[in-house]
Amino acid sequence: MKTNDVILQTTTKLVFFIIFLFSIHIFFAGHYTPGGGFVGGLLTTGAIVLLLLAFDLKTVQKALPFNFTIVTGIGLLLALGTAAGSIFFNVPFFTHAFDDFTLPLFGTTSLHTAMIFDAGVYLVVVGAAVTMIQTIGGDA
Amino acid sequence: MINLLLFPIILPFLFAIILLFFKENIRAQRLLTVIGLLISLVAALYLVATVKADGVQAITLGSWPAPFGISMVSDMLSALLVTTTILITLFVVIYSFNAIGEERERHFYYPAILFMITGINGAFTTGDIFNMFVFFEVLLIASYLLIVLGGEKRQLRESIKYILVNVISSALFVITVAYLYSVVGTLNMADISVKIAEIGQPGIITVIAVLFLLVFGVKGSLFPLYFWLPGSYSAPPIPVLTLFGALLTKVGIYAIIRTYTLFFVHDTGFTHGLLSALALLTIVAGCIGALAYFDLKQIIIYNIVIAVGVILFGAAQMNEAGISGAVFYLIHDMLIKGALFLLIGIIIYVTGTSNLRKMGGLMKTHAPLGWMYLIAAFGLAGIPPLSGFVGKLLIVKGAFEAGDVFGSIIILASSLVVLLSVIRIFVYAFWGDPTIVELPKTNRRTFRKMMMPAVALVILSVLFGVGTEWLVPYMTDATDVLLQPSIYIDAVLKE
Repeated sequence: MKTNDVILQTTTKLVFFIIFLFSIHIFFAGHYTPGGGFVGGLLTTGAIVLLLLAFDLKTVQKALPFNFTIVTGIGLLLALGTAAGSIFFNVPFFTHAFDDFTLPLFGTTSLHTAMIFDAGVYLVVVGAAVTMIQTIGGDA
Repeated sequence: MINLLLFPIILPFLFAIILLFFKENIRAQRLLTVIGLLISLVAALYLVATVKADGVQAITLGSWPAPFGISMVSDMLSALLVTTTILITLFVVIYSFNAIGEERERHFYYPAILFMITGINGAFTTGDIFNMFVFFEVLLIASYLLIVLGGEKRQLRESIKYILVNVISSALFVITVAYLYSVVGTLNMADISVKIAEIGQPGIITVIAVLFLLVFGVKGSLFPLYFWLPGSYSAPPIPVLTLFGALLTKVGIYAIIRTYTLFFVHDTGFTHGLLSALALLTIVAGCIGALAYFDLKQIIIYNIVIAVGVILFGAAQMNEAGISGAVFYLIHDMLIKGALFLLIGIIIYVTGTSNLRKMGGLMKTHAPLGWMYLIAAFGLAGIPPLSGFVGKLLIVKGAFEAGDVFGSIIILASSLVVLLSVIRIFVYAFWGDPTIVELPKTNRRTFRKMMMPAVALVILSVLFGVGTEWLVPYMTDATDVLLQPSIYIDAVLKE
């Protein structure tokens, strides 16, 4: 059945990027305020689901040509790798390191290895959630 | 290397992740799984040696101070269980090459096994009661995949049951942990032990103890909560059944032993009396089941239930003989159940059926299988000098010391039933006239390849029985920590 969803599709093209950028914001906000990799990942997945609703599975797969299982794997490696980094310094697993750096444009920024772990979580959530939705939605 | 005790958890996890990148390449998957398990095994053995030399190993993640961060603790019991787990998984994986089929191998079979091992080893090692719940979930989610993988009608039906039972018991687990937290205000297991000793186990703690027994009883298939086990375990293919039967219930047993020796030790008359009564009922129920069926899988599955009862009965005695018997029997049971399930898997492969009435005369065509099965069966029943003997002897000795003559008699009688149930398989499947039953055509090479890991496990279990003398120091260490919680507590809260 062909439906006329010009409005939905046009809005989606714009809104997708707003949601995506907001999810990145939430992701970075996560260290000191509410947010983080898990919520950020879910928001990104929400944006992708909106794309799926407005267009169809094939179009979205063409627009985002990733194998989301692999995305999950990369995320897990990133998370485990960050946590396991502590093994090489002979401190307990999951110990994180942080310091303040002066960067151009950003000024004084505190950088944490926990952020890399969170990036892993972000990728795992996006990868796993999108895989699930694609699998369930693909059968219909 | 203060992180050594985490290696048997991290390494399978790492290799499981790497396997996600090789979904279609079966050869790479097999190779990487075996390499990963071998490295994990070396790490686990090294851990056993370290625990033997330096005592209980403990670490609190993220460099937080001990009662606040998540502690991971490896005492001798944990280290031995972790090592046995990896060992059995290694053999099951090798057996799977010929038994599981390419279709399943292509759909994350090996990553699921490795994720499950991550969860099992984590549950054995963790020193934080909430973290134990997390590791239970890790192993359960992987086991959901393994039980449903393949999508046969029977598997789908049984996996719904399996998932429902486990989701409910997991919810109850969190609720129980929340109750405990609201009373003692801590989740660190060593700290909980200290706090309970301080408040002297009032009635509410005893209630929580019974709730824990319910939760772990579902996972470890204690009477009357084992109802889901025979159906669910018989659905997946043999290698998965072997992993479940040899490892999963043991995690529940370990959790009961740990909580009932570390936390709830101030009102043993009630809590441990209940545990030992339930254990005896479990044995009786298991015996009835083991004799009632003519199905190979069901007979051995009910033998899991019997073993659960025997181990927990030993642990409930709370004296040195009883506990060390339980530890001996726990490890023996993991090895021998692994071996038995692999062997009956081969019988089913050779005869094409799991119904005892439709087999016969295998001794003429497959003699090595028959002898191996006979050794494993005698080991299971506990005929000296095979592996089941020492554990059962110690458990019965512990029961007599504690004055439980009735329980001891049930344990001894159950040995006869166990022997009868497994020898019945031997009589039906291996004796008789081979010409009456027509065997389906099977590949002789596949048969030999399947025999190798099974034989290796049988030999290991025999060595476990014959080499008891060398294992005693390790078992004594494991028992000491269980009987004297202060060793465990001091290791965690050392600063």
